[in-house]
Amino acid sequence: MKPRQKRMAIIGGGLAALAIVTALVLNAFEDNLLFFFSPTQVHAKEAPLDRPFRIGGLVEAGSVKRGPDGVTVTFKVTDTAQVVPVTYKGILPDLFQEGKGVVARGRLGPDGVFRADQVLARHDENYMPPEAAYALEQAKKSQGSLVAPAGGYGK
Amino acid sequence: MIPELGHFCLILALVLALVQSIFPLVGAQRGTESWMAMARPVAQGQGVFVTLAFVALVYSFMNQDFSVLNVAQNSHSQLPPLYRFTATWGSHEGSLLLWVFMLSGWTVAVTVFSKQLPAPLVARVLAVMGMISVGFLSFMLFTSNPFERLIPAAADGRDLNPLLQDIGMVMHPPLLYMGYVGFAVAFAFAIAALISGELDSTWARWSRPWTTVAWLFLTLGIALGSAWAYYELGWGGWWFWDPVENASFVPWLVGTALIHSLAVTEKRGAFKSWTVLLAISAFSLSLLGTFLVRSGVLTSVHSFATDPERGLYILAFLVVSIGASLALYAWRAPKIGLGGSFDLMSRETALLGNNVLLVVAAGSILLGTLYPLIIDALGLGKLSVGPPYFDAVYLPLMSPLMFLMGIGPVAKWKKATLPEMAIRLRWAFGISVVTAIVVPLAMSAQTGIGTFSPLASFGILCAMWIASTAITSLVQRLRQADGPLLSRFARPTASFYGMLLAHFGVAVFVVGVTMVRGYESEQDVRMRIGETVQSGGYTFRFDGVREVPGPNFRAMEGKITVLKDGAFVEVLAPQKRVYNASGMVMTEAAIDSGFTRDLYVSLGEPVDNGESWIVRVYHKPYIDWIWAGCFLMALGGLLAVCDRRYRVKVRERTPKSGSETNYGPGSSPGSGGRPSPVGTSPLTAKLGSDPNYRPMDGGLR
Repeated sequence: MKPRQKRMAIIGGGLAALAIVTALVLNAFEDNLLFFFSPTQVHAKEAPLDRPFRIGGLVEAGSVKRGPDGVTVTFKVTDTAQVVPVTYKGILPDLFQEGKGVVARGRLGPDGVFRADQVLARHDENYMPPEAAYALEQAKKSQGSLVAPAGGYGK
Repeated sequence: MIPELGHFCLILALVLALVQSIFPLVGAQRGTESWMAMARPVAQGQGVFVTLAFVALVYSFMNQDFSVLNVAQNSHSQLPPLYRFTATWGSHEGSLLLWVFMLSGWTVAVTVFSKQLPAPLVARVLAVMGMISVGFLSFMLFTSNPFERLIPAAADGRDLNPLLQDIGMVMHPPLLYMGYVGFAVAFAFAIAALISGELDSTWARWSRPWTTVAWLFLTLGIALGSAWAYYELGWGGWWFWDPVENASFVPWLVGTALIHSLAVTEKRGAFKSWTVLLAISAFSLSLLGTFLVRSGVLTSVHSFATDPERGLYILAFLVVSIGASLALYAWRAPKIGLGGSFDLMSRETALLGNNVLLVVAAGSILLGTLYPLIIDALGLGKLSVGPPYFDAVYLPLMSPLMFLMGIGPVAKWKKATLPEMAIRLRWAFGISVVTAIVVPLAMSAQTGIGTFSPLASFGILCAMWIASTAITSLVQRLRQADGPLLSRFARPTASFYGMLLAHFGVAVFVVGVTMVRGYESEQDVRMRIGETVQSGGYTFRFDGVREVPGPNFRAMEGKITVLKDGAFVEVLAPQKRVYNASGMVMTEAAIDSGFTRDLYVSLGEPVDNGESWIVRVYHKPYIDWIWAGCFLMALGGLLAVCDRRYRVKVRERTPKSGSETNYGPGSSPGSGGRPSPVGTSPLTAKLGSDPNYRPMDGGLR
């Protein structure tokens, strides 16, 4: 092959490979995007039933219960406006506590119970997962806008 | 007093860094020798002051000076001395100081090991490093002063995050930073070459050892971080595709591409523009990694700063430095040229494939890491990219790379032929296929998991392919040499052995990943005293929990006896700790490490009024091979750096002693004890003996 053809072959092969890789990457990317929904959004039926997503907020006080096998845990996630029940099988993170922030990944069942396959809490005592903080803020905002005309409460 | 002195040292260092980044650069452009000569002493002076500042902070931590805000927030009177020391870089401010300390360390190393380089190049390299230093020092002084006072002083500290109270934290950040910051040297060399327009194979030869050293530190740092996550987070995973991990992994991938591309540029003069671009990218991504991890945009144990001013500063610094270097590249790169030509079937093509795959892998991981941040910044909602994305992308990209790893070292430079390579590699291929069938069958029989896993089989195929082709290429080299068999081992260069070892490390790593992926077993179970559970052929018996005191925590310690076929193996004692100062609860896993498996036990929480506990029981086959593989890669890098050709110039300057022994014990079997022919310099002796080494005339094409 002449150097020119050679270069064309390399460039052509490279571009073809790149196209395949791009298709592969974008396809996998699309399939694995995990959206975040607050309990309010879950109640408004905005969350999908057919793919996993993440929810977050506070663990409602007094809601953590253990199943008869000892390993399954149920608790409720709240953004102070709405509540979503969650079940999780396994050991919860050390910093998982009632009244504290939490983010869970999983699927929503047809019964409205969120089946988590991963539960994340904070890494640090003084720290709230940003998603959980965001959910609370959103709920506060929407409540605020409802109540605001009366008393200017909220944000 | 000491903190104020430290603060003052930082200010002096900033002033010196400013001088370092302006005068030598201008001097190099104008040819003013006295200005160029300033580079070394000023850089060393800056190093001294940064070191003093770092020592001052260490002193404040060791002496529990709670009138320093940083100490009060990250230490505690009960904190053991070792963790007081590591708490120095356990905060945002402290870790920045560590960053700058590392940078000044690298800079001083450049001033010391650059005696053979032309003065203008040294001046430019040190000036660029000075600019980076200016950026970080001013960031620290204006937004995150590690010596800020707390008046009145706190009675006691808030304590270091218990997750960071671990031996892994002593080593992980410094190693990782050594790697991150080390790419600054390759970056500075690239920028200096762009400014001067002189970019040839000698440039590549100077950049190579620095890049390799940075890369090997980064490798160790990432491996250590992974090991820390494995035993400290109590989840038993070794890699989570967490954005913070990705932030360190992306520079590693690009750095790996860079060391391969530099090899081509040095040996063949090819890939020149590309190599420069990679050098710029590797460091830019290190900066980006620092930004992502330190600015608080990511949720992780690493993020401290929530101050938007800081994030903005780093972002601005990032934009300026990356933007300026890319603009310089766009302007000057056409002058550099592409470099030598090569055939479609050649080692160059294999290495080009390596580069493309590594960069694409880095790009796709970056996409998955940055996309959620961008969407969030634009206010389009909160989302994240699940780990399956990274798995789905990474495996198909790495498979051809591992195939190329087998071919590359055996292929000839410039022109290779397919039939010849097929003949050379037929044994390696045969062995790999047989192993890939036998091992999964054996593993399934042993662990009782599945019957035959195609994925595990493929992993073993790749690992064996890499290992057996590495051996093939060694045999090939030995055959080319003459003389008695043992002396032939002295013929290949240290960098060749380093390459082999690093590739072998990849094979070991792949075995580890494959085995863990395919044959691990994980269970979370409720256990009463005396109850047993089976995992991976082992029996775990729960013998109860007792309370034990610690220096700054109280712990519940479980006792779990491990048996195999009724015979005693080990007693594991996992802990559940409550730290006194913060009240934080921590799980401390107990691990019995072995050559072919780890037994991993951690405590969940008590149930049934404390009568039983939730216990996590893992059997992880070959998991330590993952880190052993990384260690071998780093060791390979070390061996490659010991290659004598990086010191050839130094030797030419010293009077000939006639003996080769002064190369020292650090050099490889390949470089010691081989007398060079009388009357020739070591350089020509080397060129004569290495059939693959042809000096390029370099320069501009």
